[in-house]
Amino acid sequence: MSGAPLVADGLGKRYGRDWGLRDCTLTIPDGAIVGLTGANAAGKSTLLALATGLLAPSEGSVSVLGRDPLRDPSVLADVGFVAQGAPLYRSFSVAETIEFVRRTNSGWDDEIVPDLLTRISSRAKVGSLSEGERARLALGLVLGKRPRLVLLDEPFASLDPLAGRELLQLLMDHVAETAATVVIASHVIADIERVCDHIVLLTGGGVRLESNVEVLLDSHRLLTGPRRPLGSIRGVREIVRERHSGRQLTLLVVTDGPIVDPSWTVEPVGLEDLLLAYMAPERLPTPRTSEKVPLRWHG
Amino acid sequence: MSASLLPTPRRQDRGFVGRAGSGYDPAVIEFHLDPRSGVATYLQIVQQVKDALRLGTIGIGDQLPTVREVVADLAINPNTVAKAYRELERDGLVVARQGRGTFVADTLAPPSMQHHDELRAALERWLDRAEAAGLDEESIRALITATLRGTPSRRVA
Repeated sequence: MSGAPLVADGLGKRYGRDWGLRDCTLTIPDGAIVGLTGANAAGKSTLLALATGLLAPSEGSVSVLGRDPLRDPSVLADVGFVAQGAPLYRSFSVAETIEFVRRTNSGWDDEIVPDLLTRISSRAKVGSLSEGERARLALGLVLGKRPRLVLLDEPFASLDPLAGRELLQLLMDHVAETAATVVIASHVIADIERVCDHIVLLTGGGVRLESNVEVLLDSHRLLTGPRRPLGSIRGVREIVRERHSGRQLTLLVVTDGPIVDPSWTVEPVGLEDLLLAYMAPERLPTPRTSEKVPLRWHG
Repeated sequence: MSASLLPTPRRQDRGFVGRAGSGYDPAVIEFHLDPRSGVATYLQIVQQVKDALRLGTIGIGDQLPTVREVVADLAINPNTVAKAYRELERDGLVVARQGRGTFVADTLAPPSMQHHDELRAALERWLDRAEAAGLDEESIRALITATLRGTPSRRVA
């Protein structure tokens, strides 16, 4: 059976009185490398736990590779999931861990894991590995299944930049070989910007933004100009964020055509700034300041 | 112009050894990314191939690194590399041969390329004279720019 790698429809999960995720509707395209981002507690881990059948939805539905992970857990043979912190049995040796995963997973590829772990002693206890080695081991175990969908929860959280880069290289090499779909949950946009071609931004448990990265960057512009009462601006479909300084106005906008008004300076906006603007409150209050003192806003 | 802006030619005999089973061929160009440039990653790759073609560091028949080689090197999305190569193919600059790789099919080097060495040597002699006359780098750049702009027949500005 085929189907989009990950589809959520009105998906929600309630923890007691609070919603960890609510009204989440999205379709992850086949072969995409998705950055699942948002502030802490935005619902990223909840979404991944629902997608892997570790949690049951309170409302709505989720399907992976066209199947329901709760009712049809055999689909999970095609899904590789590394939870936050790459949890593994610390008292197992590396060899025992590999053996354990080999025996509990069908379709295991013996070639992949040894190749990934050349720098880790197979007799070492998992508990004695560095964060980078453990992350590498966990990813290797997951890729050994040759999954069609890879789900990673904050894989870079405890890694130094070099270990993080190595992890990305392993992952991207796997994608080059298998055309797998990858979802990386990360609250650090810089960590995922290098590889993502699709973004899902969660805020307050809901989907704030879901888009192809290129489409997203092409459709947003930063406008800077003298402060003025805002009417409609030709070429602007929506104002995402508005910031005033003493005499200057900065707008992050969604465009629907060229902006020709010469009183605006029009610049492209980077992914990180763009996503942060969507994460922040829609309109920041105008700072109270004398008109004589120009005030600049940073970040 | 800073040399670091240019693609680094990678010699054929460097003995590049990749991971077992990935089937590397010797590559002729090494890509590098500037994440702060604001230029899309695939466009940076396209640009670096075009620059290398203009400078003649790669030529017709040379093989570009495979998608997996670039991915292993830069840790980027393989789709990005494939997109860059497709764009170069659409421009007729490279051809993809099924199962073999992507090869340079055309050149962007101007016909005057053969004169470059000679012109460069003359320019270096001129730079020595300018330095001897007490001009620093900024003054030299300013003089060159002003001369280019001041000559109506020049098409470069």
